[in-house]
Amino acid sequence: MPAAPLPIAVAAARTFQWRSLEFILGTVLTGVMLLLVLFSVWIFPGRGSAMDLAARLAPPFVQWSHPLGTDPLGRDVLARVLVGGRISLTVGLVSVLGASIAGIVIGLVAGYYRGFWDMLLMRCVDVQLALPFILIALTFISILGGGLGNIIAFMVISQWVQYARLVRGMVLSVREREFVQAARAFGVADLPMLRHHILPNVIGPVIILMTLNVANNILLESSLTFLGLGVDPLIPSWGGMLADGRTYMQTAWWVTVFPGVAIMLTVLGLNLLGDWLRDRIDPTGKL
Amino acid sequence: MGAFILKRVLQAIFVVLVVTLFVSYAVRLSGDPALMLSQGAGSVTEQDLRNIRAGLGLNRPFMVQYADFLRGVVVGDFGKSFMGGTPVSRLIRDALPATLALAALSLLLSIVVSVPLGIQAAVKQGKGADQFIRIFSLIGLSFPNFWLAIMLVLLLSITFPLLPPSGWDGPLSLVMPALTMAIILSATNVRLVRTAMLETLSAQYITVARSKGLKDRVVLYKHALRNCAIPLITYIGLQFGNLIGGIVVIEKVFNWPGLGTLAFDAIAGRDYPVLQGTVTVLSLVIVAVNLLVDVTYGLVDPRIRAR
Repeated sequence: MPAAPLPIAVAAARTFQWRSLEFILGTVLTGVMLLLVLFSVWIFPGRGSAMDLAARLAPPFVQWSHPLGTDPLGRDVLARVLVGGRISLTVGLVSVLGASIAGIVIGLVAGYYRGFWDMLLMRCVDVQLALPFILIALTFISILGGGLGNIIAFMVISQWVQYARLVRGMVLSVREREFVQAARAFGVADLPMLRHHILPNVIGPVIILMTLNVANNILLESSLTFLGLGVDPLIPSWGGMLADGRTYMQTAWWVTVFPGVAIMLTVLGLNLLGDWLRDRIDPTGKL
Repeated sequence: MGAFILKRVLQAIFVVLVVTLFVSYAVRLSGDPALMLSQGAGSVTEQDLRNIRAGLGLNRPFMVQYADFLRGVVVGDFGKSFMGGTPVSRLIRDALPATLALAALSLLLSIVVSVPLGIQAAVKQGKGADQFIRIFSLIGLSFPNFWLAIMLVLLLSITFPLLPPSGWDGPLSLVMPALTMAIILSATNVRLVRTAMLETLSAQYITVARSKGLKDRVVLYKHALRNCAIPLITYIGLQFGNLIGGIVVIEKVFNWPGLGTLAFDAIAGRDYPVLQGTVTVLSLVIVAVNLLVDVTYGLVDPRIRAR
């Protein structure tokens, strides 16, 4: 059955088109959501808390003043969705930055020096792989209380291992390469060696992992908040809106549908970008 | 080989020790069960609280309590629930079948969907069908599982009242939670099947099978699928922790009477023994599955043992 192989140029053109589509779609989705969320406070001075009691439970796509309708308190759904996005994006970006910086440093040290620290790291990896993640999150957060800071701290503590493991694995192979041996022969000290020779050669896959983890952590934060263990329910957030909206789903579907759509568009954009990056940086598909 | 298995088993035991230690410690930081238990009991003195703690064995040093807990785990005794005094092992035994049924059905559904789709995507690599499947899998990875659950309830219980929205109300109740999990799992599994299949399809024995004039179906499902089954099972085994994590949340959304709901109720009631027991059992299951996958893979592929 295998169809006649395409001429290489045609095949390349087709793949290229798809790849650029993926990139464009990913950038546009992520960019638009990011901008809307960033400027939401200026677009909606009421920050999604202003109540229009005359227009409670207004359905979507009917009036200009509330394009996506209102909730039972007369709060504008569009405003709340956009303002609520600030929580998700903050959690996603800050947690990934923290975890990746910690993980990169530890992975570099473990992979470069081996020995005791390396062994300790690998045991951490084993433990992390075996943890029922969400249950530990729930235990942890029900102790410390929810809140932005605690959620981010929890994500950093539980996710640095992924970066450390990835970096360590790549350092193990990079440190045996000729250019590293050559640099060593020239007497390059450990720190400059790690910074200028090893780090640039392992950073690509780390960036892919970061992109995908921003997406994951947005999902995780919304789950935790939905379950009542995340950010303060009084602050508009996607997970919180979904939890609220669920109780009057039968009368007002739009209150539950739109925050979910917002999550999906943002995460899809990030996933598309991550996928595109993976194909660019890591074509053999080790990740 | 013996050394390899021994090493893996020791690692697994170490993991279980760390997990249980962490959970027992964390769980004790979360609040005073004596206060919870004495709520609404009128005037409570400090002495009353101390008596409650002594009665629960909470006044002993932490390590003694932990050692006691571990001894219990070995013989399957997780203590008694703070609420009502039911043995935790019985609560777990009652809830475990519901969780396992949900896990098994959703995994089965997802395999039925994702194997043929993943194979199609691999065969049509780079073409329309592949991109289509890929986009759908990306979309499936992009929403929270609980939102999908809510949307399914909205569609199948409210708009078209076909299925019960939550709880246990006959076997039909299993359909929606399993469907939710299966959709989420398939999004990941399709990609795994595709990757594994692409690797297998480039092997020479596939070219040989094709050049013998075997039918496509035979080549794909008999020669290729069997050969990529091992990496596939490994990937899916490694995903097992995620599967359990997802099920815990989905159980809560659908109020499904499994271990996840048990754990959530235990968190809300600060019921340490129940929470500890549930998390321990779930971790044991995950560690056991990972160990099994690792050892099997080591048996089949000697290169793994050398790592």
